[in-house]
This record gives sequence, C-alpha cells and structure tokens, in this order.
Amino acid sequence: MPARTSWIPYALIAPSVVFLGAFFLIPLVQTIWLSFSAGDELSLANYERMVNDLNFSLAVRNTFLLTLVVVPVQVVLALAMATMVSKLEKGRDIALWILTIPLGISDLAAGLAWLALLQNTGYLNSALYALGLIPGPVGWLSQETPWSLFFAIAAAEVWRATAIVLVILIAGLQLIPKEFSEAAEIFGARPWTRFRRITLPLLKPSLQSALILRTVLAFEVFAVVYALGGRNFPVLAGEAYTWQNENQNYGVAAAYAVLIMAISLAATAVYLRVLRTRPEQLP
Amino acid sequence: MTATTSELRQPASARGATLPSARRLLLWTGMAVLLAWVLVPIYFVALGAFGGRLGVFRWPKTIFPADFSVASMMQFLAIEGVLNALINSLIAAGLTVLFSVLLGAPAGYALARYSFRGQNAYRLLVLLTRAFPLAILALPLTVSFIRLGLYDTPFGVSLIHTVLALPFAALVTQSLFMGIPREYEEAAWVFGCTRFQAFLKVVLPLALPGLAATAIFAFVISWNEVFAASILTVRERTLTAYLLRILAESPLHYRFAGGFILIIPSVLFIFAVRKYLFAVWGIASK
Repeated sequence: MPARTSWIPYALIAPSVVFLGAFFLIPLVQTIWLSFSAGDELSLANYERMVNDLNFSLAVRNTFLLTLVVVPVQVVLALAMATMVSKLEKGRDIALWILTIPLGISDLAAGLAWLALLQNTGYLNSALYALGLIPGPVGWLSQETPWSLFFAIAAAEVWRATAIVLVILIAGLQLIPKEFSEAAEIFGARPWTRFRRITLPLLKPSLQSALILRTVLAFEVFAVVYALGGRNFPVLAGEAYTWQNENQNYGVAAAYAVLIMAISLAATAVYLRVLRTRPEQLP
Repeated sequence: MTATTSELRQPASARGATLPSARRLLLWTGMAVLLAWVLVPIYFVALGAFGGRLGVFRWPKTIFPADFSVASMMQFLAIEGVLNALINSLIAAGLTVLFSVLLGAPAGYALARYSFRGQNAYRLLVLLTRAFPLAILALPLTVSFIRLGLYDTPFGVSLIHTVLALPFAALVTQSLFMGIPREYEEAAWVFGCTRFQAFLKVVLPLALPGLAATAIFAFVISWNEVFAASILTVRERTLTAYLLRILAESPLHYRFAGGFILIIPSVLFIFAVRKYLFAVWGIASK
C-alpha cells in the first residue's frame, strides 16, 4: 500500500458510487417516501390499505412459513451435500458441477420445471398411478389443496437455491485448516463430535453469509410461486407486483416494498448478532 | 483465485479409500439420490418443452421421450413476441455485463491497491446492498424512467440489473487484483510504462480469466431476474418478464419451452465457471 493518498482511488470508485447513489440509494429513499405519502401530505393511508387488504395476512403468513421451512432445509441439505462430496473418491468435480447447476437457474424456470413434474397429467401423478395409489390425474396445485401447493413451492425453492448455500459453505470449508480435525481425530474424537465441535463453529462466518443471503431472497420469493400456483398462494413480493402492475397503485406497492425491506433488515441484524464471531475464533 | 474443486478436503478423500463397503454403498446411493434430485426436474421440463401439446396431456406418462420433436420448440419460438423477448434479454444481460465490469473492476482495483479515506464507507455501501431486496427498488423507478424515456427499454432494465451485479463485481475483482503482485506493475513502471499502460499490459492479461467469470455471473444475474424486468417493461419485455406475463393464459407446453430456454444458458455457464465458482463465492460472501 502506498503511503500517501492520491486522487486516483477516488476517480476509480467515483463512477460506481454515483451509480449506486442514483439506482440504489435514491430509489430506496423514494420507496420509503412514496409509501408514506398520499396526495401531497404524509400519511399512513397506504399502510392502512395494505393491512386491510384481504390478501395481506395470508401473504405475511405464507412468506414467513415458506422462509421458515425452506431456509433451514437448505442449510442442512447443503451441509449433507458438502460432506458427501468431500468423501467421494472420484467424480467429485462432476458431482459438484451437477449439484451447483441450479445456482444459475431463475426462480421462474425452477417453478416451470417443477410444474412439469407436478401438473395434473405430470410425472408425479403418472408415477403414483403406476404404483396404483391414485385412480387418475389428481390436482396438487389448486386453491383446494393449499398444503400440497405449499410443499410444491417449498420443494422448488429448496431445489433451486440450495446450490448457493452449498457453494458458500464449500468455500468456507476450504478455509478451515485440516490439522484441527486431524488433531481431534488423534485425540479420539468421533466424526460427529469433530463436525459439531470443530467444523461447525469454524464455519460460522460462512453460515452467517449464507443465511443472510438466502433469507433476504426468501422474503422476495415471487416467480416460483406464480409459476406453480398463480394467485392461489399470495406472498409479499407478489402482492407488491399486483398493486403496482394490475392495480396501478404505486403507494400500496411501496408500502409492501418497505415492509419487505424492514423484515429483511431485521433478519440480517438478528443473524449478525446471533452468529457473530470474535476475531480470535476465525480459522 | 487458484482454488479448484479438486483440492477440496484432501484428507477426507484419503480416508474415503478405507471406507467399509457398506458405508461406501450408502454414500454412493445418497449421492445418486442427490444428483437425481437436481437433474430430474430439468429432464422433465426438457421433455415438456419438446413434447408439444400431445406430450403434455399424454396420460399416463413414461419417463422416456415419447413425443420428442424439435418442431414444437420451433413453434414456440415463432410465437409473436418470443424472439423479441429473447433478444431483449440478451441485450439487457449484455449491457449488465458491460456496466458491472466497467464500474466494478476500477472500484475493485482501487480497493486492492490503495488505502484511502472513505474506503470503509465504500465497503459499507457495497455490503449494504446485500441486506436489501434490490429488485423491489424498481418500483419507484417506474415514474422517473417514464420521464427519462428509459421505461420499457432493455437499457433501463440493465441499469437495475447492474445494481444487483455491481457489488458482486467490485468485491470479486478486488480479491482478483489483490492476487496479482504489485511488483509486476512496478517493474513495468521502471521500464517506462505509464500506470495505465502497466495495467493494460501486465495486470489485465493476468486478471482476464477472473474477469470473465465475473462477467458470466453478471450475465446470469440479469438473465434470471424476473421482478424488476416485469415492473419496468410493457412491450419490450425480457424473456422472464414475457413468460411471467403469459403464465396464466399460455398452454403448458409453451411454458415448458420457455422454462427450458431459460435453463440452458445457466447449465452451460455454470460449467464454464465451475473452477472459479467456489473462489468467487467465497470472496463475495464475506
């Protein structure tokens, strides 16, 4: 690092600062402003309208339920994947490639892929029919079957977004010196103990980033829900989309956006606090 | 940026050789289940995409391609608006790559090579974007985009997608440039290169593979984004926005064809960057 500061670094970061200012900070302030304004004055009218909407409590419940089910499952599944891949003697590269493919797949495409599996004349029903469990095509994704619709959406989300958790955790595992685990093994620690007392605590920073990233994205869940269930399963981001595009009511849409941001920030703060690592605990 | 997947957890693989055969069987079974879990939905949506109307309603289905024909995919591409949406998606993703690398890489270089006041504030700004659902910020932009003539253009969409990709690009290029010894650059200065020439001739060639990986991620981020693209376009939709729009009224086999087209680039790109995947995300998730 050079001793004196010149103008060069400022010139280098300036374009991105201006850009983030224009398309991140200003829209952020605008959204908050828009949500609190009705006509020309400050008011809570938009929030009142949001809360009194029929779909509101459903959307809140569904979004939280989905996050609470999907995120923990993803973390456990990703840990299982990482552990199994590390035990493979050969074919590890191709196994990792296949396991990380969903990383690049959009939520919309994920929803459509699971639609192919779960639609009335789809492959799940064909398999159940072949096993003699159902007499003919059965609907899983309608309003009359809220629970199977919920599990279909959860499955598609787990399918799509476990890959990102896996990649972050593997990147974290690479940072942990193998000597720790080997030392514990010499002292007679069993695999489960080694995992719980050594790997897991040292993996905390990676777990934290994975959880923050996944939780923020889970509260934004939208396209996968639309692809599988249409309007039958209201979620927060879906309501924001509907108020903006169909109802043309930007104020209520902004209120939903602020709600989603508040929840995301709160979740991030909780993770930062609960999973904080003291510097001396870093690998 | 040299970490490859094969270096992963060597001691475990050494132990793996001595796994008893029952446990090895269990391991391979579990692995097969996980791989099938990932691949089977992709296979089925591909069958749906190439099966046409007949294939979608065939009952009961077999897991083998019974109605496979390229014609049904061609039919989908010939629908009015599909090709246009595909081109819009490519333009938006291309512009996102351009903007996020052009804006992000200089910032990454500054963070890697200089210590300056405001450095931490900049880092905070970049990390702050992580805690927000960014695509939602497209909501208030509708009005100002209409005023500026950016509404309903792939260019306008790419601006929002750059907000998503830029922080990622800055963090990844930072560690990329940190991995290139500054002595190389200093040597070039000694031989009479200006700072800029030294960067072009010495640093850039070394950084190129990592920059390519960054660019590919930016492409995928834009290609896959649904919410902002749907909010900011009406006629000039991107492919995701188009598919979301027609979701309710289009027949199933068209939806599957659209889903399949969305998936293809992801599969290829993840294959292209698989060596960088863990290094890149290890950095970006810090």
